[in-house]
Amino acid sequence: MTDTQNFEPVIIGFTCNWCSYRAADMAGTARIKYEPNVRLIRLMCSGRLDPTFVLKAFSGGADGVLVSGCHPGDCHYVEQNYKALRRFHLLRRVLVQMGIEPGRIKLLWASAAEGAILADEINKFVEQVRALGPLNWKPAQSIIEAQASVSFQEVPA
Amino acid sequence: MHEKEHPNEKIGVYVCHCGSNIAGTVDVEDVAKWAAEQLKHRGVVIARDYKFMCSSLGQELIEKDIKELGLTRVVVAACSPHLHELTFRTACKNAGLNPYLCELVSIREQCSWVHTNRTAATEKSKAIIAGGVERVIWHEPLTPLKVPIHPATLVVGGGIAGIQAALEIADAGYPVYLVEREPSIGGHMAQFDKTFPTLDCSACILTPKMVLAGTHPNITLISWAEVTHVDGYVGNFQVTIKQKPRYVNTELCNGCGICQEKCPKKVIDDIFEAGLGNRKAVYTPFPQAVPRYPVIDRENCTYFQKGTCRACEKFCPTNAIDFTQKEELLQMDVGQIILATGYDLFDPRRIPQYGYGRLANVFTSLEFERLTNAAGPTGGKIVLRDGVTVPKTVGIVHCVGSRDKNYNNYCSSICCMQSLKFAHLAEERTGAEVYNFYIDMRTPAKSYDEFYQRVLEEGTHFIRGRVASISDAARNPGEEGKLIIQVEDTLIGKQRRIPVDMVILSAGLEPRRDHKETARLFGLSCSADGWLIERHPKLDPVATMTEGILIAGCVQGPKDIPASVVQGAAAAARVLGKIQQKEVTMEPIRATVDQDKCSGCRICNNLCPFNAILFHADRAVSEVNPALCQGCGTCVAACPAGAISGTGFSDQQVLSQIEGLLMLNVRQLEAVPA
Repeated sequence: MTDTQNFEPVIIGFTCNWCSYRAADMAGTARIKYEPNVRLIRLMCSGRLDPTFVLKAFSGGADGVLVSGCHPGDCHYVEQNYKALRRFHLLRRVLVQMGIEPGRIKLLWASAAEGAILADEINKFVEQVRALGPLNWKPAQSIIEAQASVSFQEVPA
Repeated sequence: MHEKEHPNEKIGVYVCHCGSNIAGTVDVEDVAKWAAEQLKHRGVVIARDYKFMCSSLGQELIEKDIKELGLTRVVVAACSPHLHELTFRTACKNAGLNPYLCELVSIREQCSWVHTNRTAATEKSKAIIAGGVERVIWHEPLTPLKVPIHPATLVVGGGIAGIQAALEIADAGYPVYLVEREPSIGGHMAQFDKTFPTLDCSACILTPKMVLAGTHPNITLISWAEVTHVDGYVGNFQVTIKQKPRYVNTELCNGCGICQEKCPKKVIDDIFEAGLGNRKAVYTPFPQAVPRYPVIDRENCTYFQKGTCRACEKFCPTNAIDFTQKEELLQMDVGQIILATGYDLFDPRRIPQYGYGRLANVFTSLEFERLTNAAGPTGGKIVLRDGVTVPKTVGIVHCVGSRDKNYNNYCSSICCMQSLKFAHLAEERTGAEVYNFYIDMRTPAKSYDEFYQRVLEEGTHFIRGRVASISDAARNPGEEGKLIIQVEDTLIGKQRRIPVDMVILSAGLEPRRDHKETARLFGLSCSADGWLIERHPKLDPVATMTEGILIAGCVQGPKDIPASVVQGAAAAARVLGKIQQKEVTMEPIRATVDQDKCSGCRICNNLCPFNAILFHADRAVSEVNPALCQGCGTCVAACPAGAISGTGFSDQQVLSQIEGLLMLNVRQLEAVPA
């Protein structure tokens, strides 16, 4: 449906407040250029990443999702990025089962000093998602939302 | 579930030009116009663009709109929230709006500065603003948490920066714990003989401060100790310090030094004497050590290794030697922490062509400091490694391990001045012919360049070029028995070979070898070079991203003594400012459990690294202790029942922001027929 020749993917990036968001700030201050396809959301910690956020991004029209946090051992909250790591691997398997290529989601550790690395990795990821083409996960959206609302009601008080 | 279909909020959107910083790449007028028209149905009642939103006029614009238009939410599209979030929150507060109903989205660091395509940057800015608008709808009015602050401060590292910080705080009347890893405070400055450019005697200006720090009623000096664990948060840190056994009872010891005289075991002193001199197995690193009590070096003590000797114990007039001492863990509560752990010298063995460690008369800068020091191994005589020969020619190599992409890219900042000092001292004390090999002379501080002029006038030779190699392979009789420095003199464009008797390598400064462990212990970040990162490189050089932990001296980057002292004092001023407020204000970003929704599954219980989640077995529900919760939100993400919500970063806020960020694309997708 979309013009795959000139396809510009949209990527939602989750960054933690302490390392990766500051890496993005640093890339900015240093005027390191990268592709405009990534839109960042600031979370306090990569451990805050609810898998629902990723599903929401894909179902809402994103072609890729970047999850980024402090390097292992450097977490501002001691060890929560390890929890993000665990969830990430599980989530990627679930996404594959839902028909989403594993290459559409990426986990990246970036310290507050690694603006250049973040920019470089964003560029690589944009290329990777561009090669995969548009996701257009529109049909799944209604199902996910239906499921989400059902499971929400089932929660025992 | 998470969408306010008909928001009742009145939202103001403010797009900053930031001069040309944003407006140069983003069509800000178009963005504001778009927001006013296309986000109207989401509650945007006004969208403006302005040259500098952070200026007082820009802030007044927001305040006026809040009052006149009755805005209930504000979105500012400008720079990073790490810079101006507080500015715009304060503006909202001044106009009577809860500051947490304001959202600052970054279209500068994350858009205009990193993209070049104007159309793409403008579209991305619109998406970012749409995300901010969707998010701000779900913001809640919050009140910052206030917690009392513990008045004590921990200063880690007893070099000049740490001593200065400790003294400033103690003089203001508040308690300080000064922790030092070595047996004595003093740091690198205690090893130097003279300080540039005044040629003040280093010990003469440092030791009074050391004595003050050692005797100050408000300073608890804990030397021969290391911090092993840090818990808590600003105002209320719990620190564990490992006190290594001295094997000397400090209550009985009077520091007479007889034990050091009688100890039969000589040990090469790698730390204080930089390997040039000896100490005993029981020792204080130098005569003016503070505290004056010696320590017994267990690894080298004959008694500990072979079970006999005890000479120190026999001769001690106060029976202070105690071989039974054990390592102790000290626990203390402090409100704030200053890290001043200093630097390590670059090891020139890593540059094999300079021959350090292989060619006897190649010295490091620290070794030369000890040679010139009257209290040093040669009593201040500048002699070759044989201990008697006075050098007739001396070569000083600048930038060893600095400004070199193979080792460290940065300039170590002190080496030029230090090399000039060495040149002056060598010339003055030995009459030697001195050669300086430099890349650029860097003498930027007060009276520094005047010192350079003075050394030039004294007749020191300056050769501009990076030294290629240092060898003892003579090519002609004039080079016999000499060290030959091979260098390209870039001012005359020729290769030169300069034979000298002694070479001093002005080695660069490097982060402490264990800087990574230190950063982790205190929850801080290091730059790629390994120096600790300050909150802002220009405007906040002593604070860190972790509230309540400050940095001073070379732990933040290479610097000279005056700059270290300035940072020590600056960090102390910060600490004092906080203590005097008596309580600290903390961001109200916390997790809370909806007790009605909690099923008591306890999944969240083990996720919290701060032990902030309590489980009430009687009611089978979990609860978050807001004083311990740090607001990471891991439990919020994990709760299968959706019972935990995170203030400031709720599910609705994040999900709505995602929706907003994708709003433009969804519309484009819908516009294209499938």
